[in-house]
Amino acid sequence: MLKINNLHARIDEKSILKGIDLEINSGEVHAIMGPNGSGKSTLASVIAGKEDYEIETGEILFENENICDLAADERAHKGLFLSFQYPVEIPGVTVTNFIKTALNETRKAKGMNDMPANEMLKRIREKSEMLEIDRKFLSRSLNEGFSGGEKKRNEIFQMAMLEPKLAILDETDSGLDIDALKIVANGVNALKNKDNATLVITHYQRLLDYIVPDFVHVLYDGKIVKSGGKELALELEKKGYDWIKQEANQQA
Amino acid sequence: MDLKEKLLSSFIAFENQNSTDTPFVSQVRGKAIKNFENTGFPTKKNEAWKYTSLNKILKEDYSIFPKSETPLEYKDVQKYFIHDIDSYKIVFVDGKYASHLSQTTHEGIDVCLMSAALSKAKYQPVIENYFNAIATQEGLNALNTAFCSEGAYIHIKSNTSADRPIQIIHFSTGQEVAMLLQPRNLIVIDENAQVQIIERHQSLSENATLTNSTTELFAAKRSIVDYYKVQNDMIDASLIDSTFIEQHQESHVSVHTFSFGGKLTRNNLNFYQKGQRIASILKGVTIIGNKQHVDHNTLVHHIEPHCESHQDYKGIFGDSAMGVFNGKVVVEKEAQKTNAFQANNNLLINDKATINTKPQLEIFADDVKCSHGCTIGQLDENALFYLQARGIPKKEAKALLMYAFANNVLESVKIPQLKLRINALIAQKLGVNIGFDL
Repeated sequence: MLKINNLHARIDEKSILKGIDLEINSGEVHAIMGPNGSGKSTLASVIAGKEDYEIETGEILFENENICDLAADERAHKGLFLSFQYPVEIPGVTVTNFIKTALNETRKAKGMNDMPANEMLKRIREKSEMLEIDRKFLSRSLNEGFSGGEKKRNEIFQMAMLEPKLAILDETDSGLDIDALKIVANGVNALKNKDNATLVITHYQRLLDYIVPDFVHVLYDGKIVKSGGKELALELEKKGYDWIKQEANQQA
Repeated sequence: MDLKEKLLSSFIAFENQNSTDTPFVSQVRGKAIKNFENTGFPTKKNEAWKYTSLNKILKEDYSIFPKSETPLEYKDVQKYFIHDIDSYKIVFVDGKYASHLSQTTHEGIDVCLMSAALSKAKYQPVIENYFNAIATQEGLNALNTAFCSEGAYIHIKSNTSADRPIQIIHFSTGQEVAMLLQPRNLIVIDENAQVQIIERHQSLSENATLTNSTTELFAAKRSIVDYYKVQNDMIDASLIDSTFIEQHQESHVSVHTFSFGGKLTRNNLNFYQKGQRIASILKGVTIIGNKQHVDHNTLVHHIEPHCESHQDYKGIFGDSAMGVFNGKVVVEKEAQKTNAFQANNNLLINDKATINTKPQLEIFADDVKCSHGCTIGQLDENALFYLQARGIPKKEAKALLMYAFANNVLESVKIPQLKLRINALIAQKLGVNIGFDL
């Protein structure tokens, strides 16, 4: 589904990604872990199409198509979804109006008509119940005054509404208490099927107790320096990142 | 002959033609034309007009008196009304009252014509008390006082609520190549009375129109007034709108100004608080492009203690448009416990667009809460990326962010149908149908 080959990216004059190779197939859950400043969030933003970053070399293939020249919205239309570490507050636009607009713009891009109102309402009700979201919450301004947990739950709600092929969860666990974490993880797990895939980006192993990865990759200094199964996450939790840094620095 | 000379030499003809004025009114006019002769039109040398030059628009050869009446059919101009509500309507076409488009009343409240008020004996007590009592006595207001012949006269008596909103609409048809209109409104709201007013100036042609409008509004004790100004005029129409509001104890007056159109728009909005526990609300949304120019010049004069004022102006400027905001708040020594808030936030969506924003606070009391802030910014790139990552294309994403930016000013609009209309106008001005529940 997603294949990244030798990806180098920079912001202004600073290289951040220095040769990423990554392949994710449908039905899989991958986790990218790594110390702060290793380039995790940059990787998420570059895949989603943030314009601030310049791709120096390499390619990102999504369903065998190079998406490097596509705008973020066009990537979203193809089925890419990024759950933001820091969702943006937009006063004056309700959660419901926002998600309706997003969904219908995606349908429009595919040459479909707007989703009929009753179907939309039904889907909103289903997905909000799944994530234990109060109906009042849906008529609030998007992310304005939301707690950390509410923001992340709202991200997963949007993901549930949009049903992406590949969901990238960028530090979705940050700012969540354990109950909110479980709700969010249950939501992500419920949306999982053999045709979609999930990329979890996290600093801590905690979230991976609930969203269990098939593969774990360690990102350090803009490169994936180690890959393994879910046991790698446990090892990192126990031993920290220093041994990874040492190994990587010795190789370099 | 420049416009000033032309006006001065036309005054005698105007007086003869307007022979119905009461002696009081003609005396006021006589003084006003002298004041205008002495002061003339404001220039950029005047601090309050530093960023707004009238030079260009005063060069047109304006007709001062329209020659003939141009009939308008309601169906052709319906869209300029908030037509899906019951309302009183005072409608003028090229400065003349259009009775077939209007609906006035004298039942319990007076919703009628300035021409009647200026000439009929029964209105003289009110006219002598209020006419030209708070409007400034020089320049454009003096000119308006000298020449005004028509406008809205609204008098809501004590303990009465107007049973429906009042719409004041001035159409100009373009029968002259260039036309100068000088409407005058007098609005007197007695104790414990309430009213909602919607005002609009609308040109129907590409011909130049200059409207020099003056409104005086008196809000007595515990009265409540909501005044909405819809400015979405054609590109060759200019408007100078001066509004003077005197408020008394515990009255609550709000003025919303929606400036989306026109060539040059200048709003002079002045509040004088003469009593305690008064609330004055000033809100504005400006969305312009091309070479349009909108200037908001506000004054809130806090004279007595325990009053508040709340100003919130938002502006979105594209192309080579220019915005000006000059907000003056004066807090007199006696006006302790004043709570005055002022915000002016602007988005520039083109490198050539300009905004000049200037808060001006003069505070002579020591126990007050006054805050002000102005911002000038571009759209937040992170917010834009967030929306795009959800599948909303850049153009629509920008529109949505601008809509969100302007939207909170609408929360205080109390007429739902008007709110919907302004919502739709904002969406239309931003050039995109964002297709959600407006």
